[in-house]
Formats: sequence, structure tokens, C-alpha cells
Amino acid sequence: MKLSGTPAIEVNNLIKRYSEVVAVNDISFQVNDGELFGFLGPNGAGKTTTINLLTGLAQLDAGTINICGIDCTKNPKAAQHLVGTVPDESNLYPELTGFENLCFCAALYGMRKNERQKRARELLDTFGLADAANRKFAGYSKGMKRKLTFAAGIIHQPPILFLDEPTTGIDVASARQVRQIIAELHRQRTTVFLTTHYIEEAERLCERIAFIVNGRIVRTNRTVDLLKPIKGKNVLVLSISNSATELMGEMNSAFPGYQFQSTTSGQVRIESAEPVSIGPLIRFLEERGIQVTEARQHLPSLEDVFVQVTGIEAGLMMKEKEKAGGGGNQ
Amino acid sequence: MKRWIAFWNILVKDMHAYYLKPPNISWGIIFPLAWTGMFFIRSGSGLESVLELLPGVMTISILFGTTSMLSVTITFERRSRSFERLLLAPISLEQLMLAKTSGAIFFGIANAFIPIIIAAFLVDLSGIAWPLVVPAIILIGIVSTFLGLFIAVSVSEVFEAQTFSNFFRFPMIFLCGLFFPIISLPIFIRWLSYILPVTYGVDILHGAINGEHIISFTLDFVILAAFCIVLFLLSLRNIKRKWIV
Repeated sequence: MKLSGTPAIEVNNLIKRYSEVVAVNDISFQVNDGELFGFLGPNGAGKTTTINLLTGLAQLDAGTINICGIDCTKNPKAAQHLVGTVPDESNLYPELTGFENLCFCAALYGMRKNERQKRARELLDTFGLADAANRKFAGYSKGMKRKLTFAAGIIHQPPILFLDEPTTGIDVASARQVRQIIAELHRQRTTVFLTTHYIEEAERLCERIAFIVNGRIVRTNRTVDLLKPIKGKNVLVLSISNSATELMGEMNSAFPGYQFQSTTSGQVRIESAEPVSIGPLIRFLEERGIQVTEARQHLPSLEDVFVQVTGIEAGLMMKEKEKAGGGGNQ
Repeated sequence: MKRWIAFWNILVKDMHAYYLKPPNISWGIIFPLAWTGMFFIRSGSGLESVLELLPGVMTISILFGTTSMLSVTITFERRSRSFERLLLAPISLEQLMLAKTSGAIFFGIANAFIPIIIAAFLVDLSGIAWPLVVPAIILIGIVSTFLGLFIAVSVSEVFEAQTFSNFFRFPMIFLCGLFFPIISLPIFIRWLSYILPVTYGVDILHGAINGEHIISFTLDFVILAAFCIVLFLLSLRNIKRKWIV
């Protein structure tokens, strides 16, 4: 069901509290029909809670939700037939085989036996799981589980798909395959709502992105527009032996064309519209007793925009990435 | 139609994945057999005591069969998050929970017929009022299953489900007139019997099998049906409050 001119997802002033914690704090956004919309933020930002509210797994405290023009605020079940969900953890039945799991999920959406078996075989092929079709889900590897969970989410060919961290914790090849499938679904005009903390993934896939931090949306824009201010910028990152925080003022005066930023991790970040000359910088620092151990040119990306907008260090996102143990970005 | 496809497949999946597993089938046979043997030997009477024991053994088979399976399977699915998949399906919560509980109801009803089959080889069952026994078995199956559902919704761990089930089940063996008449209980605990649903099912079975019952059949059926509705609605309310938060 698609209504021309009606947003696929429309959320207004959504609030969700868990006791004293405000998990989602007065957020509003729209996702257009056929759009791939990214919801980017660190762990605990409110991404999964938002998906749970939109899919009816959680009850909202305030606000409104419309899916394809259907008001789901009071009745979250009203639009569930239009929605597919791939949760952040595999949640299929360990005692069923891959094929049985997909057929069962198709049956939940009222698909008839022949239709669901055909579709299950088709998806097992698409995800490269045909050889494991008759193996119990419990015996699947993490990547295989994730892929089958993804397949289960799209078994009924929903016009709207919610993807919660779809590549977290899986191997490089599987993550790549999942991203290709997301791109293909997008090409087929499926509306995709993607939450991720992999910045590069969002940059690569999404047409529009919202940054969410501490339950609040801090910026929503088209990916190309978010990247515009940093395009053509030259960024150099110097790793140094001591902190250079106290020298920032002096450096700004000595090199007026450059913008300096000192990070807590013993690095100095230099931004300039022109290519950065490294020699005078190194001499300047060494004269003040600071050794430069590494100089690295940095290609500006969405990560820089995210850091600028949210104030969250990219390193924190990296740590989360490592903690998740995934190959999401490769 | 689509909703009934979902309903049927949830039921079939549960039967296939949980109830028709060989350990459960053998448990469903051994358990009533053990109870029948135990009470038969303990009573020290002849074969005529089989009919006196039959209502209690049938009820205990249903009660343990349904509550054990349902409370554990639902808690397990909650823990593994596969239950979320059901909550995301486009069927109403009422229909979903009826589908989830139907497997346990059938399993409980099947369990009740094991002692009847055993008894058929030992005594004459021609005097039993089957039109009363069959609906009573079905209602005891439903009320026990909904009790299992209520337990499942009240706990979060599988071991808690077992412990909490026993909290209800074992007192019921002694308080609901399964093997000892309620009137033989001390007067200060007798009121407990009347707030437990199984009491009314056992009363029907005693009346239909042995001709002895303390409450009218109509009242027994009405109260049992009321317990079914209340337990189901309470469980639904708890699911909405605790699982869709």
C-alpha cells in the first residue's frame, strides 16, 4: 500500500521514557516513499527504541506515528502488514531449519504454502544459504544467522523495511553482501529505515541521514548536503609526543590559513582550504619540545560532519565498532 | 484468511518444535502411569479404586502437562527474542496468544486420555457420563494452559517459570479435591480450594465418573469458563504492560 505524496513514515514529537531515562526525546522526522533513510548515532542514542516504537514493540509516551498514512499511534498493529523488521540480534527459532524458519515467518504474514516455499528458496539463494537450507538455525555461524534473519525480515516483500544495525558483529564478506542487498532493495523502491553506528555505512548507503544523540535528533539532511561543507577541505592529522592544547592560540597566530584542533588522544588536526605544508608545522612543534611521530592526510568524510555536529569524538564510535566485533565497515 | 494461516502455522510450529518431541510424548505417557500406579498401590484397595483415582490422575496429567510446557516454551522464546517475531506479525495479540496456547491445550487434553486408556484395561468405564467428562477435560486443559500463560508472563527466566509453576501446582494436588475430598480439609484452609480453578473441574469429573460432587455441574462449568476468561485477559494485560513497554 503506497499513497502518492504521503510519506512512508511520519513521526511527530515522539517521546519515550523508561523510568527517569528519556530514551527518545521529542523527535520528529519523515521518510519519503522509496527513500533510504539513515539513523546514525552511538550506542544508547535511542535508535533501537525508535524502531521498537515504529514497529509496535514499544509503547510511546507522547507523539504520533503514521505509516503509509495509517495512524499507528493508538494501534501499532494497524500497519504491521506493510512493515518488515530486521532486529539488531538474530531472533529466529534455533530448533527449526533455515528453510522452515523462512516458511514460518512467511506464514505469519498469511502467505500460502506454495508461495512461501518458493519465496524461501529464492531468498536462501540470494543470501548464499541454499546449501544450509536444511540445517538447524542453531548450527549456523553468526554471519549466516544474521543473513537468515535479514531474509526473514523481507520474506513478505514489505514496502517499508526497518533495519537495526544490520551489519553489526558479522564478518567482512557477509557485511558486504548485506550492504549490496540493502542497495538492491533501495533500487527496487523499498523504503528503508536504517539504524547504524557505522558512519561510513550510512554515508555509502543513505540518501538522507538523521544524527541522533541522547534521544534527540541533532541534524537531519541529505547525505550530499551534509558532506558539502567539508568537500575540498584538506585535513592533516599529526600524532605528537606531548599535548599541544596550550599551543593552540600560538599556532593559530603563526599559521593564519589553518584551523587547528587538539584532541585528547595526543593528536593535532589541521584543516585548510589549501594543501597543508608539513615542514613548517613540524619545525614549529619541535622548537617547542614536541616530537611529531606521524603525519597522516585525512580524507574528509561524514565522520567529520558527525563529530562537528554532535561533539562526539570519532574515536568513541570506533571503540563501539570494535566492541561490537564486527566487520561492518570493511 | 491470512490471519488464520498465521494462527494455524504458529500452532503447527509449536506442536512440531515442542509438544511432539519424543521426550514429551514419553513424559506424557509415563507421568500419568506413575501417578496411577502410585495412588493405586498406596490406596491398598482393589481394582474398584481405579475409578476413584481416575479424576485426580486425569487432572494432574493435564495440569502438569500444560503448565510445564507452556510456561517454559514461552519464557524460552522471550529469552531468545523469537517471541518478538510473533509480536511483529500482523495478527492481533488475542489471536496470537490463542495460537500459542492451543498447542498446550491439545497436549493437555491428550494427556488426560492416557489414564483413561489405562483404566479401560482394568475396570468397566461404561457407567461414566462422557458428555460431562469430555467438556470438563477440555475446560481443565484450557484453564491449566492459561494458568501456564499467566505464569510465563509473570517471570523472565526459564527456571523461574518452573519454580513459579510448582508454587501453584503442588498446593492444587492437595487443595482441589484431586485425591482427598475438600470436606476432609481443615476448615480454615478450605476457602483456598474454592479460589483455585481446578477444584471445579475435578468436581465435574468426580460427579461424572463416581456420581459424587459437591457443586452443581452448571455452576462448575460457569466458574471454570469464568476462570479461563479472567486468566486469559489478565495474561494479555500483563503482556501489554510488561512485554510491549
